[in-house]
Amino acid sequence: MTLSPRPGWRRLVPVSPLLLSGCGSALLDPKGQIGAEQKSLLLTSTGLMLIVVIPVIVMTLWFAWRYRHTNTLARYLPDWAHSNRIEAVVWAVPCVIILILGVMTWKSSHSLDPHQPLESDEAPLEIQAVAMDWKWLFIYPEQGVAAVNEVALPVGVPVHFRVTSASVMNALFIPQLGSQIYAMTGMDNDLYLIADEAGVYAGKSTNYSGVGYSDMVFDAHASDREAFADWIAARQAAEASLDAEAFEELAEPTRAHPVEYFGAVDGELYDYILARYQGGEPHHTAPEG
Amino acid sequence: MAMTHPAPQAAGHDHQEAGDTTLFGFWIYLMSDCLLFGCLFATYAVLQGNTAGGPSAAELFELPFVLGETLLLLASSFTFGLGVLAMHRDDRRGLNRWLVITFLLGAAFIGMELYEFHHLIAAGAGPQRSAFLSAFFTLVGTHGLHVGLGLVWLLVLLIQVNTQGLTAMTRPRVLCLSLFWHFLDVVWICVFSIVYLLGVMS
Amino acid sequence: MWGKLSLEAIPYHEPIIMGAVGLMALAGLALVAYLTRARKWGWLWNEWLTSVDHKKIGLMYLLVALVMLLRGFADALMMRAQLALAAGEALGYLPPEHYDQIFTAHGVIMIFFVAMPLVIGLMNIVVPLQIGARDVAFPFLNSLSFWLFAVSALLVNVSLALGEFAATGWLAYAPLSGIEFSPGVGVDYWIWALQISGVGTLLTGVNFFVTILKMRAPGMTMMRMPVFTWTALCTNVLIIAAFPILTVTVALLSLDRYLGMHFFTNDGGGNAMMYVNLIWAWGHPEVYILILPMFGVFSEVIATFSRKRLFGYTTLVWATVVITLASFIVWLHHFFTMGAGANVNAFFGIATMLIAIPTGVKIFNWLFTMYRGRVRFTTPVLWTLGFMVTFTIGGMTGVMLALPGLNFVLHNSLFVIAHFHNVIIGGVVFGAMAGLAYWFPKATGFTLDETWGKRAFWCWLVGFYVAFVPLYVLSFHGAVRRMNHYANADWQPMMIIAALGSLIILAGIVCQVIQLVVSVRDREKNRDLSGDPWDGRTLEWATTSPPPFYNFAHTPVIAERDAFWDAKRRGESPLPEARDYQPIHMPRNTGAGVIISLFAFGLGFALVWHIWWLAGLSALGAFVAFLVRAFATDIDYYVGAEEVARIEAGRPAHPTASSSSLHEQPQEAF
Repeated sequence: MTLSPRPGWRRLVPVSPLLLSGCGSALLDPKGQIGAEQKSLLLTSTGLMLIVVIPVIVMTLWFAWRYRHTNTLARYLPDWAHSNRIEAVVWAVPCVIILILGVMTWKSSHSLDPHQPLESDEAPLEIQAVAMDWKWLFIYPEQGVAAVNEVALPVGVPVHFRVTSASVMNALFIPQLGSQIYAMTGMDNDLYLIADEAGVYAGKSTNYSGVGYSDMVFDAHASDREAFADWIAARQAAEASLDAEAFEELAEPTRAHPVEYFGAVDGELYDYILARYQGGEPHHTAPEG
Repeated sequence: MAMTHPAPQAAGHDHQEAGDTTLFGFWIYLMSDCLLFGCLFATYAVLQGNTAGGPSAAELFELPFVLGETLLLLASSFTFGLGVLAMHRDDRRGLNRWLVITFLLGAAFIGMELYEFHHLIAAGAGPQRSAFLSAFFTLVGTHGLHVGLGLVWLLVLLIQVNTQGLTAMTRPRVLCLSLFWHFLDVVWICVFSIVYLLGVMS
Repeated sequence: MWGKLSLEAIPYHEPIIMGAVGLMALAGLALVAYLTRARKWGWLWNEWLTSVDHKKIGLMYLLVALVMLLRGFADALMMRAQLALAAGEALGYLPPEHYDQIFTAHGVIMIFFVAMPLVIGLMNIVVPLQIGARDVAFPFLNSLSFWLFAVSALLVNVSLALGEFAATGWLAYAPLSGIEFSPGVGVDYWIWALQISGVGTLLTGVNFFVTILKMRAPGMTMMRMPVFTWTALCTNVLIIAAFPILTVTVALLSLDRYLGMHFFTNDGGGNAMMYVNLIWAWGHPEVYILILPMFGVFSEVIATFSRKRLFGYTTLVWATVVITLASFIVWLHHFFTMGAGANVNAFFGIATMLIAIPTGVKIFNWLFTMYRGRVRFTTPVLWTLGFMVTFTIGGMTGVMLALPGLNFVLHNSLFVIAHFHNVIIGGVVFGAMAGLAYWFPKATGFTLDETWGKRAFWCWLVGFYVAFVPLYVLSFHGAVRRMNHYANADWQPMMIIAALGSLIILAGIVCQVIQLVVSVRDREKNRDLSGDPWDGRTLEWATTSPPPFYNFAHTPVIAERDAFWDAKRRGESPLPEARDYQPIHMPRNTGAGVIISLFAFGLGFALVWHIWWLAGLSALGAFVAFLVRAFATDIDYYVGAEEVARIEAGRPAHPTASSSSLHEQPQEAF
């Protein structure tokens, strides 16, 4: 949305753009396949339900007005309390809608399952995300780099986030890319996302985790392959390195932690973080079967 | 609406009804207590394997000892039943005798349980050791706490029955406590099979 | 000696808290001074504190609920103000340390200490009257339930002045609520407030379940029960089945915190996911515990003020029963994002949606109750119409959340906040307000002022939409719940509008306070002499307002569903001639409930602060008080027939069929 000069009073109510357009709206302006599917799910399900919701609201107001006490012209049947026809309709309509929604639920639960790898010719890029008090650590195991409160991903390549926590429950969420998933200690959770357009997307924790929770935000930089390769190269140049010892230091609670990079990362670090809990036996929250 | 005038109610009738209502209410309470134990069993089932490197069920439990506890509790349920039968015969001495025996059996059960707990804690297998042991001590301990409260209630009732007699107030209380006691017996059977038997077999 | 308690526990450095504490202390002192000057202590003790009369206990529940509503709403205003300010670089005026306690307290207070007592208070006032009973099955336990609840509310308020409250969110998810991450006393206040009031709630559940099943007037079969009583029955089934789960969950958390066990801890093999499962296995039925009785209220209100039978009684009853059962198989929808498999998520999503069917059918039942009726737009009807519109929208957003695929982007966002306020304000609050306006004359003997009642309604309705539609919008922009400040300044205008909405709701609450004051002032003018101000349909309207302490001089006998209304239409006098009274068996008042609860308060407080000697002493005190009660034999008495005759003769007037002139004749068969 472009900002054009506006009369002073209109600047006081810059509300309409929020309401009217998808501009800046994370869920209505998705930048990835998962988010796009979710947008269509959002619109379809809302539309379906409005088939009942709007008539109910209209009928509520209409019946109340039509059969108001003072309207003696309307019929009055104080003992009329049953009608098979009406009962059949009021059961059938919600049943049909819920049936359709039920089918949608079943299908979308599977197609949007966060454990489900995305169909793509590209091999997925693995990023290990660790929720800490109160910052996000992103480890690129293949590239051997890590970043705090910043993540970069190439456009058009599926990303496999492996998500865990080093303290309490959190949830990893980049609204414009789609789904979120919980981060829990000792749990190795999955989240498959893909960015279809370059851009900087806000990411955050959505699950309250203590006083520093509001600052557990990060930027997700989606860019073309060259720019992504440059980003990785720049990180690899960083002097700091991250092993178990450095991790324990990083794990000390901090608030509004600045972006930080690590040029070298211990390949076993993510497994070490998982193994800190559950008596050394990490659980993978895999789907059944 | 026909608002007729019901027949005058005898005072005794009112009390009889109140006793029935009390007993029904206590049943409902027991159902909710049953759900409470259900949750503890579920918790135990989830955490059973989480020994955190500590001892497991198979390493800790001694079946013959627990069988002894079980027999004590079963016997106490039986003697309580005999006590209730005595009450129905208006035989207060019989009731007293059986309740005292029930109390002694229950106290012996609690004694054995406390001994077992002490033994485990002394061996380094206390409730802080692992999630499995937390769940074990809590489940078995909650049952033990119920039995303990039942013993206190039993004492109070013994005093009440002997000072106030077998009245419309004390009779339903004896029946409630007997329900409670049998209920704890049933819960213990579940503890014995799920915690001890399956634990030793695993 | 004093455990963790020291003078440092008083938050001197927090001007907002100290101001609130000061205000509460002043109000308390004023009350004490008034009671002393007016020599009302004896009256208060004999007539109210020790009362086992369900009507008085019901009124006390409602009073505490309204006071706690003010406290919980003050929290809401502070949160909305913080978020209206804290955009971009600005951090607002509440640091997270304080803000996090406020949103926790807001949730806990509104659910446990406002919504629950509103539900239980209405049940207390109405259920025994509707079924033609003289009191509940266990009047002493009823008094105990109330006082356990009241001292828990007190414990929550004490946390304001001494120490802190939990800063964990209202459900205190582990491991955040464990001792490692929340070492302060806040979570302990939460634990003991919930445990003590939870015991009270469980006793209430058993008490009313037995009352409804065993104490109905002769002739009142299950399918002749008024709908409010039906919904109350289902709610009590849910209480009996769900509250033990809460008790266990919170107890296990306290074992972790106090004894170093490992149920939900990160280390030692604990399993925090189990906490989330357990708390929602209680939490979801809890939602229905709150809403089902309100469905009953709306059913009574809409039928009465449409002067028409409730459409589809049987359907409504079965729909309620189905919802009751189904509420136990949907808990996982609160955490689809935990990473369970697609099949599990789909199962719980579809199960949740199935609940929408009977709920939707109920809405249609109320619609067709108005159809071909004569709807009078009284305050209770306005609340009901507001509910039907608002709740339908809330139901729609609820189904959206139940779609796992969609939940993955809506979970933990402001969408969830908007949704549950949509159904809790639109359903539970509107229902409680409708019920309050409807049954107030029955409980007190005079009607509430209609003008101020309608003003309150419009403020609440408009305020709700202004406050929560912006949150729906913001959730599409990625705004999440429980955040203290946000970097995206574009959100600020919406946050400001939401704050204005909360001020409109505040105006509604002010209207309600004025309504109460005006109604009490004009009580002589608004006195309900007929006992039946609304041309009611069910038994509670067949006795005077307020009813005598024994409710009915003669136990009514029921032969049909809308028993009282049909009798009036036939021109019969709804109550028999004043003759032939029998002695009435009644329970005596007792102070045991108050005393045991005060000891429970001491126990809770001592456990929060680790003052072990006080905990032991309080437990002993409660036990001894209970023993004294158990050995008391003089707990009931008979009101003599002459006494009943005297009371009946002295009452303002008998309800008569006088209102039958208002009845219009049906025009034709359908």
